[in-house]
Amino acid sequence: MYKTIIGLEIHTQLLTKTKAFCSCSTDHFNSIPNQNICPICTGHPGTLPALNEEAVKLAVKAGLIFNGTINKFSRFDRKNYFYPDLAKNYQITQHFFPIVSNGYITIEGKKIRIKRMHLEEDTAKMFHEGDQISTAQESFLDFNRSGIPLLEIVTEPDIESPSEARMFMEKLRNLLRYAEISTGDMEKGALRCDANISIVNLENNQTSKRVEIKNINSFKFVEKALEFEQERLIKNLEANIKMIQETRGWDSTRKETFPMRTKEDDVDYRYFPEPDLPPLILTDEFIDHIRSTITEMPEEKAKRFMIQYDLPQYDAEILTSDKELADFFEKCVKHAKDAKFVSNLIMTDLLRELKENDDEIENLKIKPEFFGELKELMDSNKISSKILKDIFPEIYKTGKSPKDIVKEKGLEQIDDESELRKIIEEIIKENPEEVEKYKNGKKKLLGFFVGEVMKKTKGKANPQKTNEILLELLEKE
Amino acid sequence: MTIEETIGRNIIEESIQKIIEMDKIINSVLRIEKVVGNKNGKYFGIPFLVKDNILVKGTKTTNASKILENYISPYTATAVQKLLEAGFSLIGKTNMDEFAMGNTNENSYFGPVRNPKDLSRVSGGSSGGSAAAVGAGYVPFSLGTDTGGSVRLPASFCGVVGFKPSYGMISRYGVTSFASSLDQIGILSNSVKDVSLVVEIIKGKDKNDPTTLSHTVDLTSNLERDLSDIKICIPKIVYDTDLNISIKNSFNEAVDFLKAKGSKVEVIDIPELEYSVAVYYIIAPSEASSNLARFDGVRYGFRNASLGLNDMYRTTREIGFGIEVKRRIIMGTFNLSADYYSKYYSKALKVRRIISDKLYNILDEYDVMMTPTSPSIPPYMGEKFNPLEYYLMDTFTIPANLAGLPAINIPFGLIEGLPFGIQFIGRQMKDEELLAIANTFHESAKKEFEKNV
Ligand SMILES: [Zn+2]
Repeated sequence: MYKTIIGLEIHTQLLTKTKAFCSCSTDHFNSIPNQNICPICTGHPGTLPALNEEAVKLAVKAGLIFNGTINKFSRFDRKNYFYPDLAKNYQITQHFFPIVSNGYITIEGKKIRIKRMHLEEDTAKMFHEGDQISTAQESFLDFNRSGIPLLEIVTEPDIESPSEARMFMEKLRNLLRYAEISTGDMEKGALRCDANISIVNLENNQTSKRVEIKNINSFKFVEKALEFEQERLIKNLEANIKMIQETRGWDSTRKETFPMRTKEDDVDYRYFPEPDLPPLILTDEFIDHIRSTITEMPEEKAKRFMIQYDLPQYDAEILTSDKELADFFEKCVKHAKDAKFVSNLIMTDLLRELKENDDEIENLKIKPEFFGELKELMDSNKISSKILKDIFPEIYKTGKSPKDIVKEKGLEQIDDESELRKIIEEIIKENPEEVEKYKNGKKKLLGFFVGEVMKKTKGKANPQKTNEILLELLEKE
Repeated sequence: MTIEETIGRNIIEESIQKIIEMDKIINSVLRIEKVVGNKNGKYFGIPFLVKDNILVKGTKTTNASKILENYISPYTATAVQKLLEAGFSLIGKTNMDEFAMGNTNENSYFGPVRNPKDLSRVSGGSSGGSAAAVGAGYVPFSLGTDTGGSVRLPASFCGVVGFKPSYGMISRYGVTSFASSLDQIGILSNSVKDVSLVVEIIKGKDKNDPTTLSHTVDLTSNLERDLSDIKICIPKIVYDTDLNISIKNSFNEAVDFLKAKGSKVEVIDIPELEYSVAVYYIIAPSEASSNLARFDGVRYGFRNASLGLNDMYRTTREIGFGIEVKRRIIMGTFNLSADYYSKYYSKALKVRRIISDKLYNILDEYDVMMTPTSPSIPPYMGEKFNPLEYYLMDTFTIPANLAGLPAINIPFGLIEGLPFGIQFIGRQMKDEELLAIANTFHESAKKEFEKNV
């Protein structure tokens, strides 16, 4: 029996308009390299940091939603090391007195404790011709990211499996997005995760060395990397292989971890209090004000959905699992005025498309008003539910309105009696044998005739009217 | 030459001409850099000089170091900006000890500064160029920086007024950081009146420097103080220190002069001050080792192109920095290392707190503290000392930096033809009180010496 012990260190970019210590824009995705820079975030002589109050507000907000203690006294420190992506060759962080202590997140009824949360600044981005700094002929630096505020969240080693680590990350991201603290986008680096893992053999109390895995950049890889490492450590324990405390990287193409450095190469960061910034003193009024700005969180929202929209708990929980999804749902309901109709469509068709196409809700082409159109088309019997299912992927992919698609493709249900009658009369004429059998009592053949009508109309015939006309014509003769 | 005497005239070209003609030997001005001030400003036509660790957009800021030999400032320091807006014109950047580390101004990559009163002697440092330039009469005032006495000591050696305001009075934005918690811009000039006028213009809270404080009392409005109404203390350490005998005599003369004016002067024992040099030489190099880490050849400044990142860092800094700078970076790096942090740095912070609290308490009781500015007369150029002897030259000036107190050097006569200066230390953020006492002392002492001549 082995017990797995996992702790996470998470860095999340805070959603401020400007950087942590200067007034440069934080929008580093829609900018050309080194567009949002100034003497401060590129470490020129004589520059000093001026703390962005927005970053403090978001850190306090995060502290509150993760049930933490907001420290009214916190302070900044310098973490000293040399690297080209670090403009001043020190990072301003909070080593000795973090802004938030304690806290927890509940995963399936289990509390995962948070040890501390603190503010710090992001580094620049470095690109190497080739792949590594050691072999590159040239390296390039983009300081757009330099100085973007980060919140570092450190958990206690309360996580007991790779899947639990993944669930923790997903829940954390969801809450961060809900409270508009961060985009939580792992692929874009707005949320980053380092994981510590060690293994204990419960039979003989043998413990593996602790391994830190760095640079994990997706939720899937959090689980995969930890699974790989868990297995590797157990194998080592079983084979009695001597282990070292080390830092490993995750190679997402080879699906394995690789050694980066050992404890012996650990840098001495020479932490000391940042003399350029006074201590950060927070008042009760400030903290209360931030508390009052926290909007509805997922659990509350799910409860509201159950009452306001009369949805089952299952639907409500899935729809509120993501803030954007919940917002999208509510907008759709405004147009369709039928919550269950929208909920069914989202939970089956929309979520499937999202998953298959690996898309984000923010980038959807399908618009909330389309759900209103679909509802209208259904209610007025213009399309059948089968047609709805058929055209949904096209609406999703193209962003064309349902009405236009139905019209373009001529998918509108044939309701016109005389038109239907003409088609049915033709079918009766073409199938004299079956008509004969029907008249001789083989009433089951009605289904055959319905099928023929549908074949001829490509499924557009109004089924009710088709039945009526068929019965009338077959019984008459 | 004072601002008062010059107001209304344009002496910019005249001053530049003086520097070109006279400064070849003194070497106080590194470069003429002309940035003309606001033409509608009250002080238009009056030139000033700035120490070469303060940034002025579009001009070089070398810190007297090879590593920034060709560095062009991308922005202007708040203090300089304010002076330009008031009409003053920058005409050049002054020599200094490399990165403000030193007290004889012999640690400059561009050569030492000579004392304008005796060319065989040093100007003092680290703001030696700024002090010598005022002493030589090029400009009515200049800006320097003072981390442990770097404005007051050269002011004393060059016979000018040198003022270090309370920590937080003047924005440090645009001042190359040496030791952030101790650095402060200082003013060198020929009168306390001028000093007050300049500080009044450049003081105040700056959004670009969170360590600035607001100060609302007008520093120029009342510069007279009845000397018979003040209580002065002299720390006993002044008499315990191995003082040059002539300095001791001159200092006693100043004490007698004040007593004759009716001031109450008392010697008090402040044993804590014994530790101030030690504390300073832990805190200042530690902060410096971190502040100077940015000079690495990656983004700007000198780079020794080299194969591999670590070699580039190592050789760039090896070649780019001078010996004293490297010595302090090594000391600071050691002090902050995980194994020694609690033994040195964190202990030094505690002792600094103790010294500061002691000084605040004493200054609740006394109006000012008084010492000689320097325990020695200006040494000869190239006179050999070991680093420790140099460091002890700051014994009397360092406590004001540790506690963030305002302090000023006032010239008081001559010793063997060399300037001698008295230091007054005042109450925190009560710079107006210190300036009033210093001004009254300075003006009455001047009259006294004129009478004797
Ligand atoms: Zn910036």
